[in-house]
Amino acid sequence: MSGLAPSSTFFTEPPHWQWLIIFYFFIGGLAGGTYVLAALIDFFGRTIDRPLARLGYYVAFPATVVSGLLLIVDLTRPLRFWHMLLESNTWQPMLKTYSPMSVGSWALLLFGAVTLVSFLAALGDAGRLRWRWLARLRPPTIAGGLVAVVGAALGFFIASYTGVLLAVTNRPIWSDTTVLGLNFLLSSASTSAALLVLLAWFRWRVTFGIHALERFDAWVLVVELLALIALVVSLGEVARVWLGAWGALLLVGVVILGIVLPLVLLWRTLRFTRAGVATAVASVLVLVGGFIFRIVVVLSSEQATRGMGA
Amino acid sequence: MAEPMGFFTDTTVCIGCKACEVACKEWNQLPASNGGRNTLSGDSYDNTRTLDGIHWRHVQFIEQFDETRQNGRWLLMSDVCKHCVQAGCMEVCPTGAIIRTEFDTVVIQSDVCNGCRDCIGACPFGVIGINPASNTAQKCTLCYDRLKAGLEPACSKACPTDSIVFGTIADLKKLAAARVDQLHGQGETRAYLYGADDTMLGGLNSFFLLLDRPEVYRLPPDPKMPSRNLAPGSIWSALGALLVGLMGVVSFRMRGGREAEIAERERREEAA
Repeated sequence: MSGLAPSSTFFTEPPHWQWLIIFYFFIGGLAGGTYVLAALIDFFGRTIDRPLARLGYYVAFPATVVSGLLLIVDLTRPLRFWHMLLESNTWQPMLKTYSPMSVGSWALLLFGAVTLVSFLAALGDAGRLRWRWLARLRPPTIAGGLVAVVGAALGFFIASYTGVLLAVTNRPIWSDTTVLGLNFLLSSASTSAALLVLLAWFRWRVTFGIHALERFDAWVLVVELLALIALVVSLGEVARVWLGAWGALLLVGVVILGIVLPLVLLWRTLRFTRAGVATAVASVLVLVGGFIFRIVVVLSSEQATRGMGA
Repeated sequence: MAEPMGFFTDTTVCIGCKACEVACKEWNQLPASNGGRNTLSGDSYDNTRTLDGIHWRHVQFIEQFDETRQNGRWLLMSDVCKHCVQAGCMEVCPTGAIIRTEFDTVVIQSDVCNGCRDCIGACPFGVIGINPASNTAQKCTLCYDRLKAGLEPACSKACPTDSIVFGTIADLKKLAAARVDQLHGQGETRAYLYGADDTMLGGLNSFFLLLDRPEVYRLPPDPKMPSRNLAPGSIWSALGALLVGLMGVVSFRMRGGREAEIAERERREEAA
């Protein structure tokens, strides 16, 4: 037990956040990211892009519901999930602004409400519901604009707070850096754009706003790569934990398959303009890479023990 | 509020009898490991191995022998929740289950905890675990129920060598300082206190007298609060959100001639 651990974080115990949480980080990121993109398209896209934004709203709400369910099932006392929101003894609201999980619980609840409104508005807009007035809850109306602004702000929060939550512990890797929230946010943005491109490609096979989404995705992937480098640098000595299988997975699964290869494919499609199979492949790779990133971040810390890095 | 109470654990007089572990388990009705079919660790007399939801005291057996095994010593230490004045577990707990009591101790209310396990990863000392009997996060309560009744905690009551001393923090600090002086006077100059002053997490209400570096006792040399990363982590995220938003706006606004052309062509193809 000679302890020359690179950080005091190696003296802690893992919380056993595993696959349910990995899926939440991924799906929650998609919920936040697709909503933000849908709102951006509604505000800054063209009328022709509105169906694309609708796709975003269609994804965001179910993904938020699934996120909540994953989190509840992961509790060791699931029926007490509401203790995050109300003090169980006093029925007063339970909120700690300095606890990311506490703020996150409220954010997820509110985001669920907003994504539901936008989900219904999108259905109304598409003529799939009898109540056409629902479409007024979507930009460009003032009410719709308000909903989208609040939703996009919450979406950004949902996409990034999970990384901050991990940092606000004392576990190896997670709390040895402060950029995980940024990493998660960027990964949520790229995977969400990829998912929308993929869905749009399946649905219409034509470019419309897909081209703008792909260009956005390419930019985000470049920033994501830089942020990943920043993550490793900020970990310093602790990054030694990744010298091995986790590092290999990070390099191959996240960097090469999830960032570099899609960038090459996107560069081609962006030059040759037509959304083709390469578009779909790039999107799938970005999604896979984003998922693997969360696996590496969560499980490599979960498995870090007192002996490691020593 | 009553006076702050805590433990002073003097590792130099611990004999490794584990009476504290047993007393703790009995009083707090903690279940056995693996339904009573515990395995042996196989490398020392330490078969408890770690603090967790069903082990709130843990006697560590640290064997320090050289290659020839001619020279060596055993360091024994009864580990326990540190009842930090600045408690990381309490800080992150999203349900308010973790509270500070009138004795300045830190207690998890089992009827409130919903098992999110944030506290487990937030504790700088790896003290907390899920108790399978309640399926909630649990740890040493410094026998809150006994303190309420004017009794001392079960572990210190059972300790036959007074390695574990219970008392007011003020008294314990005096006692501990005197003990360090005594040991230094006897030539044991390695003796020092871990967590007794308020530089470590505002002070540990259960602090220790050690003879070697903290790492040797599996204690973090530099424990910190989880919230140290909150502000910088949030700022990075906010900057990221700004950048992502900008990239989105620019990408959807930047529609070159070629793109308009494609859109037009596709519209025509659709119509055709």
